[in-house]
Amino acid sequence: MFLASRNFCCRGIRTCQLRTDLLSRSIKHSASATMPFRHKNTRRIEGLDSNVWVEFTKVAADPSIVNLGQGLPDISPPSYVKEELAKVAAVDRLNQYTRGFGHPSLVKALSQVYEQVCGRKIDPLTDILVTVGAYGSLFSTIQALIEEGDEVIIIEPFYDCYEPMVKMAGAKPVFIPLRCKNDGNSASSADWVLDPAELANKFNSKTKAIILNTPHNPIGKVFTREELQVIADLCIKHDTLCISDEVYEWLVYKGNKHIKIAMLPGMWERTVTIGSAGKTYSVTGWKLGWSIGPEHLIKHLQVVHQNTLYTCPTPLQEALAQAFWIDYKRMDDPDCYFYSLSRELESKRDRMAQLLKEAGLKPVIPDGGYFMIVDVSTLNVDLSDVDEKLPYDYKFVKWMITSKKLSAIPLSAFCGPETKKQFEKYIRFCFIKKDSTLDAAEVILKNWNKQ
Amino acid sequence: VKASNSLSFSLQAKMSRPVQARRLEGIDKNIWVEFVKLAATYSKVNLGQGFPDFPAPDFLTEAFTRALSGGNHMLHQYTRAFGHPPLVKVLAQFFEKLLGRDLDPMTNVMVTVGAYQALFCCFQALVDEGDEVIIIEPFFDCYEPMVKMAGGTPVFVPLRPNPPKDGKLMSSADWQLDPAELASKFSERTKAIVLNSPNNPLGKVFSRGELGLIAELCVKHDVLCISDEVYEWLVYDGKQHIRIASLQGMWDRTVIIGSAGKTFSATGWKVGWVVGPNRLLQHLRTVHQNSVYHCATIAQEAVAQGFQRELMLYGKPESYFVQLSKELQQKRDWLVQSLDGVGMKPIVPEGTYFLVADISQFKSDVPDVPSSDEPYDYRFTKWMVKNKGLAAIPLSAFYSEAHKNNYTNLIRFCFAKEEATLKAANDILQKWKQEKTS
Repeated sequence: MFLASRNFCCRGIRTCQLRTDLLSRSIKHSASATMPFRHKNTRRIEGLDSNVWVEFTKVAADPSIVNLGQGLPDISPPSYVKEELAKVAAVDRLNQYTRGFGHPSLVKALSQVYEQVCGRKIDPLTDILVTVGAYGSLFSTIQALIEEGDEVIIIEPFYDCYEPMVKMAGAKPVFIPLRCKNDGNSASSADWVLDPAELANKFNSKTKAIILNTPHNPIGKVFTREELQVIADLCIKHDTLCISDEVYEWLVYKGNKHIKIAMLPGMWERTVTIGSAGKTYSVTGWKLGWSIGPEHLIKHLQVVHQNTLYTCPTPLQEALAQAFWIDYKRMDDPDCYFYSLSRELESKRDRMAQLLKEAGLKPVIPDGGYFMIVDVSTLNVDLSDVDEKLPYDYKFVKWMITSKKLSAIPLSAFCGPETKKQFEKYIRFCFIKKDSTLDAAEVILKNWNKQ
Repeated sequence: VKASNSLSFSLQAKMSRPVQARRLEGIDKNIWVEFVKLAATYSKVNLGQGFPDFPAPDFLTEAFTRALSGGNHMLHQYTRAFGHPPLVKVLAQFFEKLLGRDLDPMTNVMVTVGAYQALFCCFQALVDEGDEVIIIEPFFDCYEPMVKMAGGTPVFVPLRPNPPKDGKLMSSADWQLDPAELASKFSERTKAIVLNSPNNPLGKVFSRGELGLIAELCVKHDVLCISDEVYEWLVYDGKQHIRIASLQGMWDRTVIIGSAGKTFSATGWKVGWVVGPNRLLQHLRTVHQNSVYHCATIAQEAVAQGFQRELMLYGKPESYFVQLSKELQQKRDWLVQSLDGVGMKPIVPEGTYFLVADISQFKSDVPDVPSSDEPYDYRFTKWMVKNKGLAAIPLSAFYSEAHKNNYTNLIRFCFAKEEATLKAANDILQKWKQEKTS
């Protein structure tokens, strides 16, 4: 199509200035698809369009595949949680907007539960923000406190959204890997540690924050008090914030204790702690999470929230509040869901580990969380048929899905560019699965070598 | 010693900077935080914030209950990130009919956490630093801070009132854009225009001619249109809601935003959506997957069932959309009558569940304080809720900072309320009138 224009910019970013009436009339009558379309994505999302989950959740949607990939439970949430949600459906006013920063009964319940855990006063209105999942809390925290010119330290492997979120905020991710103590022979998540000198080197005057995830996804590491102290000391020394993703806080196994870095001296005022209803109550589809911290930080998250989605769904928040009251009242009782879920998962963890060992694999036994990583290179599977350009673990998982009908997630999805090579022999299994799913996995793993 | 000196120097520099990001500059104030609190504290009759005080329809809450009791506990787990399949499928079917074109539920539709998050995705995906975004005043207040947060520059163009000569009550149709003024706002830097029809707060339903004017300028200047159509089903007096995306040259450059909260009177469910061409929605998907990722499953399941019902009953008298619109028109007329009866001059809205009224004749109750930095309508509504227990929203809340003092005698009422609420409002107004005349 002929364009008479005075200012024609070839980069396609700025307008083609259309000058004549004849032109504008002809444009009105012709399909706009023939005009050069200058509207591409904004700079902030450049390169952030791909996503490991989009790829792997599609593949695993096939019901003939035993899905131990994406981290979602196929066990039922506790019945009282479902019942509370059924009850709220009948209450009219709970179908309308509630308080933007968090439904009053929910923030009250959260403040009580966490006051108990932390041993410090938490103001429900100023120290808490309810968000759309912990994902939403991560986003609100990063948008509120991170910007161009900042550096953010991310411990590898990491939950994959940390990197794109930091980039979308215009900041630079600085990676530091967990390294295996025993020269690659890892039996436990506790074997994976940060090198204190290496960590200290990553901090500089531009370091705005460090993102901590404990219990850790994907390795399942539960950071010890000593390890947290090393991080805390550096945060205080360099006046750095800490974004502490503690969604798996209740899922710690015997011999381990979840410690909140915000409770270490000097850390409350510089830490935002993130939690998740999805992980706490096995209701990932409720998409409710929260950020807890000092007012002078949370108030900025609230500003982001009021300019992004304003308020979270009311009925789900009310039901969650009721569920929390039930468990708050029995926090001294072993039957409290916070502890009973952990016990249930520990036996699933042990079963999963046993199955993998019997297949000739060496799983890394997690101290917390509901994921387990395993080195699959020892199997020496012939992957020459699979797309060469992919890292080893991507190739392995694709092969495993097709030929073994079992899915997992490749670990290099959780790494920065420099470390992908280090982790590409590992894949991640999720074990918050009902017995029949684990039974099906058992059949596959027992027959692994028979084909 | 040298190392520790440089450390403390850089620490000082860091500590002297504010902890929050610059993108939050100028967007921390929010009218609702203040006015919702005031209404909660003082109001006996709340016609302020926009939500119904009547229940959501039975078929919707029943769908919610059915989903819960159905035994499929996987409804408590993550669904497809860009929208629960049953919901995007029925939305695609619905909008195919309305737009007269084929839609792919996977690429032409995305579900969001309310229309609010849909707006956020639009601005973050499409507005870069230095881009201009045209906003028609008065506007739903979040457009301006969202444009700013995306680094864009809001450019305002007002709807101007042309009062009818015959002394009849003004209609929202009498508020119009000046075509030459609108055209002058388009520049090389204009990235998008935000259209809200039916319009909150005025209730204006843009006519085909008015939309055609906007469309022509969008096509001429290669500008995108972010079309907030959350009140699409609330149009009165036989008027028709026209979708700008159906106009020549507009589908490829328009993102349509909708809301289950407004469509099904369930604002607390926070289910919204965008409909548009893949080449725009792909970027919204990128923002969505890097901000909230998934929306709650159960609410989406229930909304899908609500739409399936409406698809079957489309255009029929039993359709909720038909019934709700009839009911709200009646409520509109009651409120118009109440206000007119006491000397507040209502602007009769063609759509939405909002109505704006002129309170000039009540000025004496709350004297003007020229030195005050708060516009008169803010002070009036605060005084009214505290002294009369009636909550409304000042119209200057819907104007840019520079134009807040243009219309200080107008306040907005929400009439999506039970008959009893509207009667109670009438009682308050009548009593007030009597006090004035005695």
